[in-house]
Amino acid sequence: MTSDSPLEKILVGGGFAVTSECGPPRGADAEVIKKKGTLLKGVVDAVNVTDNQTSVVRMSSLSSCVILKQMGIEPTLQMVTRDRNRIAIQSDILGAAALGIHNILCLSGDHQKFGDHPTAKNVYDMDSIHLIQTVKHMRDEGKFLGGDEIKGVPRLFIGAAENPFADPFESRVVRLAKKIAAGVQFIQTQCIFNLDRFKTWMGQVRDRGLHEKVYILGGVTPMKSIGMANYMKNMVPGMDVPDELINRIKGVDKDKRGEEGIKIAVETINELKAIEGVRGVHIMAIEWEEMVPRIAEAAGLLPRPQVA
Amino acid sequence: MIIGEGKPLKEILAMIENHSKIILAGCRGCVTVCSAGGEKEVGILSSALSLARQTQGKGITIREVTIERQCDPEYLEQIRSIVDEHEAIVSIACGAGVQFLAETYRKTPIYPGINTNFIGVTQEQGVWTERCQACGDCKLHLTGGICPITRCAKSLFNGPCGGSSKGKCEVNPETDCGWQMVYDRFKELGCLDRLEVIIPINNWTTSRDGGPRRIIREDLKL
Repeated sequence: MTSDSPLEKILVGGGFAVTSECGPPRGADAEVIKKKGTLLKGVVDAVNVTDNQTSVVRMSSLSSCVILKQMGIEPTLQMVTRDRNRIAIQSDILGAAALGIHNILCLSGDHQKFGDHPTAKNVYDMDSIHLIQTVKHMRDEGKFLGGDEIKGVPRLFIGAAENPFADPFESRVVRLAKKIAAGVQFIQTQCIFNLDRFKTWMGQVRDRGLHEKVYILGGVTPMKSIGMANYMKNMVPGMDVPDELINRIKGVDKDKRGEEGIKIAVETINELKAIEGVRGVHIMAIEWEEMVPRIAEAAGLLPRPQVA
Repeated sequence: MIIGEGKPLKEILAMIENHSKIILAGCRGCVTVCSAGGEKEVGILSSALSLARQTQGKGITIREVTIERQCDPEYLEQIRSIVDEHEAIVSIACGAGVQFLAETYRKTPIYPGINTNFIGVTQEQGVWTERCQACGDCKLHLTGGICPITRCAKSLFNGPCGGSSKGKCEVNPETDCGWQMVYDRFKELGCLDRLEVIIPINNWTTSRDGGPRRIIREDLKL
């Protein structure tokens, strides 16, 4: 074990992991996080806390992680390289470890153009692969990037994201291989709506034996409405929403479309379970966290194993 | 070359609001080639400023000059005899030229008449695109001749990110994804395996982050 993470323990032990995520509020109200945490407690093995996702300013990921931690929920700190240079990043890694955070998800982050401060300057002192290398270097070498020794080494379980639906498709498995070479231990994928493409990607992953070097958690997002499905299809870059899925949701009565979305999510999880090399699911119920317990229950993922 | 673009007339008029006799200085270097600050643009801007000031009821005298290169001291010296007769200089050279003028003529206010945008190329007639951010440590041999610092909106050294879609960048659907271009280039060159190499975290000391940069060539110094 490289960390004290229950998520790592479950995955190393051969279990099928379940994670979810929660977006911090646009304010200083801790109750928002607590409310979301209450919905997810005991239902998933770890909860990702996003880091100013879509470049919209929110409560910091680290603070929100600590709030969850205090509730007895295992948080995963998402960290983007958009807003911090290597000095701030290493400092936050130490702080996170000191506050009992066990998991970190290394991301480059959405460009600031998409957020509420499009006139900001981005940092990108390093990219997501460098961030993986940084955490691993600090943990395994016990040293800062600058070479000095760390007194009190941060023990973190290192994750990253991968998007099998972005282009060029042939480069996606290469990028996964690079992340593995950099030291990533678990991967949470972009929302899977196109299972055929995901299966093709997983085939490439297995061809290179990468599924034996990293724990892959498939991303699942329930569609709340046809509006959401169309938005995901047309407005979110790197998102692959097939027409069949849109038509299936369209095909049911308006008030039953959310139900259909849940049904599709459960079916997706069941399909993912059967794919060799998929070691868990990452359920991203965007502003619909209350549905995660239902989805987990229906997909036969409950109860979650108790690991201390 | 350095690519620039004229500032809005209103902005320049506001800068010279309190002056009635100015020099408008163009440059025969890069900004002439990209049609932002050469002799022709000096003429056009001069007419526009005069006309606007006439309309405002407070005329202005503009001395038009176009300097060979505003980034070389000997050429800047050539206007010394006329500088004192004028209240200010509007330079339509790049930011380097504007600053060098200000350093040379310390008692005369210097105003920028163009925005300096980037180091780039003439993509086609009337279209210029960026190629280089002058990071001071060229890595083009690692990326198939395509600069990830410049061509990727996030300056990723190990892209493409998850926002690359159908060859385009998520930030602007009209911008090609830099890493898609690297991928295509490697494919054309038959060396896709080079995509597998992790380019390490960058040393930015040769870039602007190390402070204003200086190159000293002892072999050329007098």
